[in-house]
Amino acid sequence: MNPQLPIVNVLETLRLMSPEIFLFIWALVVITVDLFSSRKNDSLVGYTALVGIVIAGGLLAVTGEGVAFGAMFINDPLAIFFKIIFLGAAFMAVGSSFGITKQKVQNHRGEFYGLILFSTVGMMFLASSQELVSLYIGLELTTIPLFVLAAFYKDDKLSVESGIKYFVIGAFSSAMLLYGFSFLYGMSGTTKLLQMSVNIASIHLSYQSIGFTILIANVCILAGIGFKLALPPFHQWAPDVYEGAPTPIAAFLSVGSKAAGLVAFAKIFLIGLWGFIGVEMKPNDWGVLVGILSAVAMIIGNVVAIRQTDIKRMLAYSSIAQAGYIMIGMLALNEHGISSVAFYTFVYLFANMGAFAAVTVFEDKTGSTEIGNYKGLSQTSPFFAVVLSIFMLSLAGIPPLGGFMAKYKVFAAAIDQATMPGTFKWLYWLVGVGLLTSVFSLYYYVNVIKQMYFTKEASIYTMTFNKPVLIVLIICLVGVFVTGIYPEPILDFTDKIYTAFSFSVLK
Amino acid sequence: MVAYIAVAAVLFALGLFGVLTRRNIIGILMSLELMFNAVIINFVAFNKFVWPGEMIGQLFSLFIIVVAAAEAVVGLAIVLLLYRNWQDISNDNINVMKW
Repeated sequence: MNPQLPIVNVLETLRLMSPEIFLFIWALVVITVDLFSSRKNDSLVGYTALVGIVIAGGLLAVTGEGVAFGAMFINDPLAIFFKIIFLGAAFMAVGSSFGITKQKVQNHRGEFYGLILFSTVGMMFLASSQELVSLYIGLELTTIPLFVLAAFYKDDKLSVESGIKYFVIGAFSSAMLLYGFSFLYGMSGTTKLLQMSVNIASIHLSYQSIGFTILIANVCILAGIGFKLALPPFHQWAPDVYEGAPTPIAAFLSVGSKAAGLVAFAKIFLIGLWGFIGVEMKPNDWGVLVGILSAVAMIIGNVVAIRQTDIKRMLAYSSIAQAGYIMIGMLALNEHGISSVAFYTFVYLFANMGAFAAVTVFEDKTGSTEIGNYKGLSQTSPFFAVVLSIFMLSLAGIPPLGGFMAKYKVFAAAIDQATMPGTFKWLYWLVGVGLLTSVFSLYYYVNVIKQMYFTKEASIYTMTFNKPVLIVLIICLVGVFVTGIYPEPILDFTDKIYTAFSFSVLK
Repeated sequence: MVAYIAVAAVLFALGLFGVLTRRNIIGILMSLELMFNAVIINFVAFNKFVWPGEMIGQLFSLFIIVVAAAEAVVGLAIVLLLYRNWQDISNDNINVMKW
């Protein structure tokens, strides 16, 4: 017996998990700081949370790659990249909520920021999990704080309604997900994803009839994750929740929660069920199904967004459409596909969080989220108008900005796979739908710009920014331009992500 | 073993039906618990009959029980908020937002 080995293992585990552990403790610190800070100095708590997120990011950079807990917890490029996205989303959600807390949540700032941090910890665990139990716990740790956050304005009917809707949908989807997990466990006898892919493949060779059970498991898991991603027909909750929830939380939901769903999808379908795909050589079993869902997502999201008058609902439908675009990259099932998914999410982080931050500024000032009230803002607050316009153009995918680069990467990955011999021809159709709906999407994004610039009379409002929101807006602005003009450093990183998957089976 | 899985499937279907048709939020919460219980039966049955030895399935069901309890706590707290705002917890009336 060697007594030294366990200690080394524990230290290694602690080292790998240090960002998560630190952030978890820091969330408690944030709540405690709120108890001791005076009511007048009410930005102290927020700054504490921001500092914690930055330190966690630093720890993440120091930790590097590795494996712990018998391959249950793994830090590969995929996990690290998505953890950066989660931390960024948390940073921007906290940063843009300084103004809003002053008005509405004065006495509960600690809980507000603390819950955001807890949710981020859940997402980070999810990104690192390589095993169903920890994946499930990570997913729940992500969503349970978000239920509370969505219903945070306790006296506001809209907020409470969005909270209960999100709760029912969230609990329902995790029940569906678990029912699928139970069949995966029943077939493979393990909850470790890599082992599972091998076991399911070998069992499928000896018992062909197991295909039906796999189908049930696939459909249940797809429904569960579809709710998290807001893919139609599981999207109905998204606009209501986004409209009612506090705006920074809606932003956090649309980026953080969606990215978490993407990671869960990639882990389960591209790792756990990969062996099955490899044996059958028919990756389009669930692929066509998801392809149809993502096409419907792009169509419904973009068309319904056109007739929205509330900017938060408009952004909600736009995020449904964006999920459709991201899934095209996922369905390409190759190295470029998965790195384009990561890159798209990275760009989406800046563009969407920036847009929501601007909406938060406007809502703090005026209490309104109607698109009509944005008219004439270019004359009174030129900086605000320019910034919001740039985010809208990036979401629409106009060339010099990040959104174009991201869409190009996703479509290129899908076309790349479609040209290969095999059963991938339907990807052409998907890309076609994507291109066509991108054109529709221009209408409602540019509508906001039109309201701000092309009206005669000046707006009655003048926007003012507090420091954190200004920092968030500038980070997002820089991010949108850098990913559009000089994306090479980020692409170099995302190109390493495929190491988590074994796409070579298909070749 | 098939009997256990069948019972679980029936429970899950009942829960699903309840979630989709119930008008009362408390009823929806109870139906959700039924769905979680179906999953737990599945895990324990698979563990006992198909993969005896390692206790992964039972461990997973313990985790599910804990998380479902935490979820129910948050859910009931939100239901309380609903009651304070509407004096009612039937989901016919709680529908301010529409597309």
